[in-house]
Amino acid sequence: MLAAILLGFLFAIFLVFAGKFFRGKLAVLSALVPGGLFAYFASFIPQISSGDIIHKTYQWVPAFGVDLSFKLDGLSLLFTLMITGIGFLVFAYTASYLKGHKYLDRFYGYLSLFMAAMLGLVLSDNLISLFVFWELTSISSFFLIGFNNTNPASRKSALTALGITGFGGFFLLAGALLLGSITGTYSISEMLSIKDTIAGSEYYILAVIFIFVAAFTKSAQFPFHFWLPGAMKAPTPVSTYLHSATMVKAGIYLLMRFTPVLGDSQFWNTTLIIVGGITMVYSAIHALFRTDLKGVLAYSTISALGILVFLIGLGTKSAFLAAAVFIIVHALYKATLFLVTGIIDHQTGTRDVTKLSGLRKIMMPVAIAGILAAISSAGIPPSVGFLGKELTYEASSHAETFTIIIVIAIVLTKILLLWAGFVAGIKPFVGKLPEAHKEVKAPDFLMWGPAIILAVLGIVFGIFPMLIESALVKPVVSSLGADASEYHLALWHGFNTVLLLSGITIAVGILLYFFLKPSVKLENRIGKLEFISPKSLTEKGTHYFSVFSAFWTNVFQNGYLRNYVTTIVLFLVVLVGYVMFGNPTVLIDYRQLSEVTAYELAVVIILIAGVFYTVFTKSRLAAVAAMGVVGLAICLIFVFYSAPDLAMTQFSIDTLTVILFVLVLYRLPKYLTLSDYKMRIRDGVLSVALGTVICLLALQVLAEPTNSEIGDFYAKNAYILAHGKNVVNVILVDFRGTDTLMEIAVLSISAIGVFGLLKLRLKSTDRSQ
Amino acid sequence: MKTLILKTASNYLLPLLLVFSVFILLRGHYLPGGGFVGGLIAAIAFVLHAFANGLDNTKGLLRFHPGFLMPVGLGLAFVSGLAPVIGLDDPFMTGLWFPEPFPVIGNVGSALFFDIGVYLVVIGVTLTIIFTISESA
Amino acid sequence: MEILLAIIIGVLYAAGIYMILRRSLVKLIIGIILLGNGANLLIFLLGRITEGAPPIIPEDSEVFLEAYADPVPQALILTAIVISFGLQSFAIILVKRAHKVVKTDDLDEMNATDEDS
Repeated sequence: MLAAILLGFLFAIFLVFAGKFFRGKLAVLSALVPGGLFAYFASFIPQISSGDIIHKTYQWVPAFGVDLSFKLDGLSLLFTLMITGIGFLVFAYTASYLKGHKYLDRFYGYLSLFMAAMLGLVLSDNLISLFVFWELTSISSFFLIGFNNTNPASRKSALTALGITGFGGFFLLAGALLLGSITGTYSISEMLSIKDTIAGSEYYILAVIFIFVAAFTKSAQFPFHFWLPGAMKAPTPVSTYLHSATMVKAGIYLLMRFTPVLGDSQFWNTTLIIVGGITMVYSAIHALFRTDLKGVLAYSTISALGILVFLIGLGTKSAFLAAAVFIIVHALYKATLFLVTGIIDHQTGTRDVTKLSGLRKIMMPVAIAGILAAISSAGIPPSVGFLGKELTYEASSHAETFTIIIVIAIVLTKILLLWAGFVAGIKPFVGKLPEAHKEVKAPDFLMWGPAIILAVLGIVFGIFPMLIESALVKPVVSSLGADASEYHLALWHGFNTVLLLSGITIAVGILLYFFLKPSVKLENRIGKLEFISPKSLTEKGTHYFSVFSAFWTNVFQNGYLRNYVTTIVLFLVVLVGYVMFGNPTVLIDYRQLSEVTAYELAVVIILIAGVFYTVFTKSRLAAVAAMGVVGLAICLIFVFYSAPDLAMTQFSIDTLTVILFVLVLYRLPKYLTLSDYKMRIRDGVLSVALGTVICLLALQVLAEPTNSEIGDFYAKNAYILAHGKNVVNVILVDFRGTDTLMEIAVLSISAIGVFGLLKLRLKSTDRSQ
Repeated sequence: MKTLILKTASNYLLPLLLVFSVFILLRGHYLPGGGFVGGLIAAIAFVLHAFANGLDNTKGLLRFHPGFLMPVGLGLAFVSGLAPVIGLDDPFMTGLWFPEPFPVIGNVGSALFFDIGVYLVVIGVTLTIIFTISESA
Repeated sequence: MEILLAIIIGVLYAAGIYMILRRSLVKLIIGIILLGNGANLLIFLLGRITEGAPPIIPEDSEVFLEAYADPVPQALILTAIVISFGLQSFAIILVKRAHKVVKTDDLDEMNATDEDS
């Protein structure tokens, strides 16, 4: 299973090297990767539908409880099949859609990176690895939205999408860590077995909020929805694959995955119903005001995601069943509509729905696919969409509270979605073909083939629901912790309220389609309200934030080393000084101090004199010599106080430092006094203050009892364990050998740095100077 | 700077100091000393020689660029830490020792080879820095 | 002696920071060296100083029989001294190079990261 996930990553890497073979005719071969994976995952269907769950664990960082552990259950299986199945069709479609594009290989690389990340996401059983894959999908989505990187609007949309989904990613990490600290594990399966602990924890609400924010940003729920319409700047295969069928459903997946763990509370259900409800109605209304086909589809996708969140929020068995069916329904018809839109855009060069009509005369197969998808989207029998809508109504009409409002909201949404589906799937193909499009060429098979396959599947599954019932739908419901064995999917359930609602929806929706045509006038009308939309509010917030950051950075990062050091020292002096001022008495136990002998006093005086001379002399050579004296005096202090190794090292280094200085002294800038008198006084006061604080700090520490446990351990075991008697050396080469290894590595790097700076020519600066 | 006395003296001092540095290196496990100090003393010996006889003579004496001592030393130190992992499946840096002490040197184990690695790296680093600087100064 | 050492450390810190705050490039390096020496002594002092008892096990014994100086700060300082040599030489060369390229020894004139300023 690990190999299946890695395959996508490996293929992406492979494309880096062998990319040029995939730019031309061989491009279509890359569809074999998702195709093969689809066959692989499809082979698990019998096993999963019989109730098995497949676990595979590869240790990654066992010390932190982070594993690459994968779980294949009904929910994961449905998503893997969507990812690889639609992936297969999109890969093939792309070969024709972007035929001859300069960076086609790169595009495939991103797509396959995304596919692998998405597979990892839905298969991960470990929250941390789930988070890693989650972020990888955000990143690959960023690359794909910004694929036309010469277009500023594309770049901006890509950044917005990355900003919003990355923001959610932080919350997912926070939620994962919080859940991990509540339960002591990152494994979702293990959390399932101790869900009472989580529900009883005081952090339950917080954890739920974190997971919600992550899911809502990814799945474009209100008020985070606005990145998705922007993401439509991506090439259409990307919109099809990431932004309608798979990636945006990652949030839905997360919610479904956590339903059995966190889902048993009023807070969980109410929030999801409200957020999902607002999203589905709000964006379904928005869809009415679009003239860009992809804009219509984007808003109807958000609305569909809202329906899914809403269904998860209802939390009943029939709601889960409806959600499972609706995921399949939506993936089939929405992907088809996107592919159809892509074909229209590719052939005619426009996506403006007011300018499109009569295209059936040119591209009949595409028209069939579009009309079938529109039927499924509208929920007209015998499509699978009808099944989904029936189940949704069934679940809504059994909601526990506010049943009337909920039913009205869902029926309204469905009516508007029917309109959106008809506009995207039927409108471009009916009526008269305008003059401008008389010369349009028919698309080739690679483009309409995938669309028609998905569209036909939408009808086939509707007529023969048993094809998906026990294989896909019921395992999903049981993954969500409910038992759905007594339900049966069927087109005909007899005369009841649900059928009545369906009838109303279809009738009103079709009427609406005939009376309300998408127009620029409508689009402008909604544009006037744009200034209070979450999108423009966020943009304004971001703008002011960056203005503030620039101001802040300019204040503190002003390019003057002195100012940085002054700030640091000032804070150090004030903060440490404040703490010590609260406890002003420095207690010194004079009995414990060692005595001062005459030669020690002499060394101290020499040292201090050397320091003063170094600071105040006007000659570089004198300063270096005085510094050498300071070093030797310190060396003597080491000798006095039982540190022979230090003394030897200090002596050698002191010698070498002086030699080094003498070698380069006359190549160095002169020893200038550049600051004026006032500045020197100011710096002097600051330095003396720091010196005093450090001095007092040292005395304060000396007054505290010491703990030499570590030193004692090393001393005790130096000979017994490490066969050495010089404990300092034993620590260096044995007990802490790895540190020393790193240290000599750092030393080597500094030597290479010196060598490089002197021997290698700087490029531009050297020549221009 | 190139006086005859210094020149003559440094010719004899160089081997003497090198032997001394090896002595400091080897006794480091029991008495003050070790790879760091030993390496520094050896480096100072070469620098002294370079002062007296000129850089080119010292370089001719060395026959190879001192920079090569760095990878050699790092490699030796790393291998001495890695040996227990490969040989005995012990954790990285486990000390391995010959059961009987050798004459003159004393106990010999992986830590000694590690220290020799440190010694070589310190010589390499110091000489690379000083030689590079004096060449371009 | 501890009080004297604490004063020395204070002097080294003060002198180091004062030199770092100067605008001359060479003074900056000297400041860094002084500050490093101060830090080494501070660690040494805080590990408590012991006279005449180096952390070396007597020849005829396997463990310490008497008091000994704490070896841990010594090991820390030993590596710090050697590393500081690497740091100093790199800093010196960097200053030399910067001086050659920018043709100034005033730190205040090196306040932009862009090449064209």
